[in-house]
Amino acid sequence: MGLEEKLPSGIMLTTVEKLAGYIRKTSLWPASFGLACCAIEMMATTTAKYDLSRFGMEVFRGSPRQADLMIVAGRLSNKMAPVLRQIYDQMAGPKWVLAMGACASSGGMFNNYAIVQGVDHIVPVDIYLPGCPPRPEMLIDAIIKLHEQISDTKLGSNRAQIIREVEAAALAAKPVHQITGLLA
Amino acid sequence: MSFDPYASSRETTEGRVYSVTGGDWDELSTEIGATKEERVVVNMGPQHPSTHGVLRLILELEGETVTEARCGIGYLHTGIEKNTEYRTWTQGVTYVTRMDYLAPIFNETAYCMSVEKLLGITDQIPERAQVIRVMMMELNRISSHMVCFGTGGLELGALTPIFFAFRDRETVLDIFEEVSGLRMNMAYIRPGGVAQDVPADAVSRIREACRDMRKSFKDNETLLVGNSIWMKRTKDVGYLDLAGCMTLGVTGPILRAAGMPWDLRKSQPYSGYENYNFDVITTDTSDAYGRFLVRLGELEQSLRIIEQCCDFLDKLNGAPVMVADKKIAWPAQLSVSADGMGNSLAHIREIMGESMEALIHHFKIVTEGFRVPAGQAYAAVESPRGETGVHTVSDGGTRPYRVHFREPSFNNLQSTAAMCEGGMIADVISAVASIDPVMGGVDR
Amino acid sequence: MFGVNGSGDTSGFGGLVRVGSSSGSSERPYGSYFDEIADDLERAYPEFNDAIEAVVVQNGELTLHVNREKLEDVARILRDNPKLQFEMCLGVSGVHYPDQTGRELHAVYPLLSMTHNRRLRLEVSVPDSDPHIPTLVEVWAGNNWHERETFDMFGIIFDGHAGLTRILMPDDWAGHPQRKDYPLGGIPVEFHGATVPAPSERRSYR
Ligand code: SF4
Repeated sequence: MGLEEKLPSGIMLTTVEKLAGYIRKTSLWPASFGLACCAIEMMATTTAKYDLSRFGMEVFRGSPRQADLMIVAGRLSNKMAPVLRQIYDQMAGPKWVLAMGACASSGGMFNNYAIVQGVDHIVPVDIYLPGCPPRPEMLIDAIIKLHEQISDTKLGSNRAQIIREVEAAALAAKPVHQITGLLA
Repeated sequence: MSFDPYASSRETTEGRVYSVTGGDWDELSTEIGATKEERVVVNMGPQHPSTHGVLRLILELEGETVTEARCGIGYLHTGIEKNTEYRTWTQGVTYVTRMDYLAPIFNETAYCMSVEKLLGITDQIPERAQVIRVMMMELNRISSHMVCFGTGGLELGALTPIFFAFRDRETVLDIFEEVSGLRMNMAYIRPGGVAQDVPADAVSRIREACRDMRKSFKDNETLLVGNSIWMKRTKDVGYLDLAGCMTLGVTGPILRAAGMPWDLRKSQPYSGYENYNFDVITTDTSDAYGRFLVRLGELEQSLRIIEQCCDFLDKLNGAPVMVADKKIAWPAQLSVSADGMGNSLAHIREIMGESMEALIHHFKIVTEGFRVPAGQAYAAVESPRGETGVHTVSDGGTRPYRVHFREPSFNNLQSTAAMCEGGMIADVISAVASIDPVMGGVDR
Repeated sequence: MFGVNGSGDTSGFGGLVRVGSSSGSSERPYGSYFDEIADDLERAYPEFNDAIEAVVVQNGELTLHVNREKLEDVARILRDNPKLQFEMCLGVSGVHYPDQTGRELHAVYPLLSMTHNRRLRLEVSVPDSDPHIPTLVEVWAGNNWHERETFDMFGIIFDGHAGLTRILMPDDWAGHPQRKDYPLGGIPVEFHGATVPAPSERRSYR
């Protein structure tokens, strides 16, 4: 929320967008938010064989204050949900969320009383990573895709425009559980 | 106190509550220093880098001494036990494997053993399947202990062990992937045997991996055994003697580090463990260092067992890996093709093109499952953390009526208070790491 | 098109007829070491016939159905008698049988004797309307969390337990989730304003 928000759209804004996107994507600090099995694969990603440090991201921050990417690795229970939200709120913006694994994305195979059916009920998710657990290579792939997304982020009035469009589309969309067809 | 974005405070009926969330706590410490209160209650977790998962510790401190330690758990409660009641007996394997996610094979084996007990087919499990189970369990023990060393070291501030440990863990996971198609959560052990035979060339590869690992285990050993920092952080820390273990029902490396050679593999052999030569490792120091030594010793014993398994597998080449009873045996065979692991094409050709009966049989077993006689059974295996026991109840249907896991992590975590109270706050981390709780197992 | 509705069965096939499990008593000889255990307990505990409602041998395992009033006495003798010596209780497993009127809730205690390398199971049943069982934490301290879990999941109240609170579910949770009358899913998520339909109500399962 700095000067870039005040810039009029045009060549100046797009240049700043490119520069800011490049800087942001290359200095991403993940917060360690390991919950379950997926967290073990997340740890494996940082170790020698998969070596996340090739992307400059091997150091997971213990404190959300120092991080701007939250990798939600594992199943989120109803008891843990408020904690997740609090930690997300403590992270300084701009921040991103990666839902790692089937459980974080949708509740996975645990369609029951204990598990939140997807962390997008609690926090906005930028990228979903399927798999149970996803292989370390898949996590790296998701992170690279997220990098691309970050470097393409729009700012200022361009961003406001996109937000308006996305919100309009979301309001018009039908909730998933109301969609019929196919079998029903 | 002026406003500090990292440390705010409010009055409650219990006294003043401060929320600190990282950053600079100068003001907080000044203010606490100014009060007469010596006693501070600190909440650690459930999201804390050194609590071994989503464990919450509530510590009452006097200065740096812990006067009371309590655990808050349930942050990963997944309702797996309830979910299994809505699936067939075979599908239950897929759920239980995700409980203690560092020891999936042990959960599967314990569950399958209890189902087999209910079915009354315990002695009909083919020998080759038993050998494969033992081999997979011992490989799994290695990979689980590796995570214990790695994260335990990390929590105490040692960065190197995790790199050595995860390198060896990857060796094991590669074998798992070759045998079962998955690195974790394999659902490979099934009621009646195992999902599929090991690939033809896997045995020689496993032998090779054992040779490699025997060498590479030395890295962590030379790094940590006798290392003065490691000893200072773990020796005489988290003390729990034999009497304490017995009262609290603690099993596994903690019990063996208290000098009791209790190992279900020896005392109540299952899956043919009586046919293997191995030793039960014990120490008598009852502290975190002793537990570390026990785990280290178990790695070598696991390798010994795996090598004997390889010999057995060579001898039993081509033998069946599933019970002969077609009313229970899983009909499909898996195989690897271009897009990964899936139903074998030969099997699909048979049921779709050749035999209508085979198709009906496949359909019945896969969608509806088999019926299990009513009753209850308890089966236990020695997992890397202690006795994993499964209590299953059947009402005669095709789905479990109740599946309850007696998880060693859940039980052993109770001993945190006994291990930590009276010690320093820094030692809480060592003590919890030496229990090696896996929160997926604790909360299920 | 597929499956059934309303039974909570999400597996897509449904229509299962469930038969209640029977718990008839077994006849002597029980086989294995089970006769010895029964004899030793009978000798050490004069009220054996009052306390033990049934002795069941099944799948190579011995189960003693114990009257809840006598549970603590039986447990102490099983632990302390040198011939029995069950030093370890491996927790509590609750089971809910809604069909067994008057004894809907069961608590199952697997015991282990390391000295004699034997196993035994105790089972206590109580009615849903009066779900009280005396605590065994005094006898086996390790039962503490296990009893809290069983309370949390089944609502069995362990009398005398020093801190019988919820352990796995949040403190303010309503209901006991692993009872048979509790639905598998469909618990509203309170953080979003939206509700999650029960799995059996979702499109793909209909
Ligand atoms: S997606 Fe699979 S591996 Fe990941 S937390 Fe869920 S169950 Fe575990």
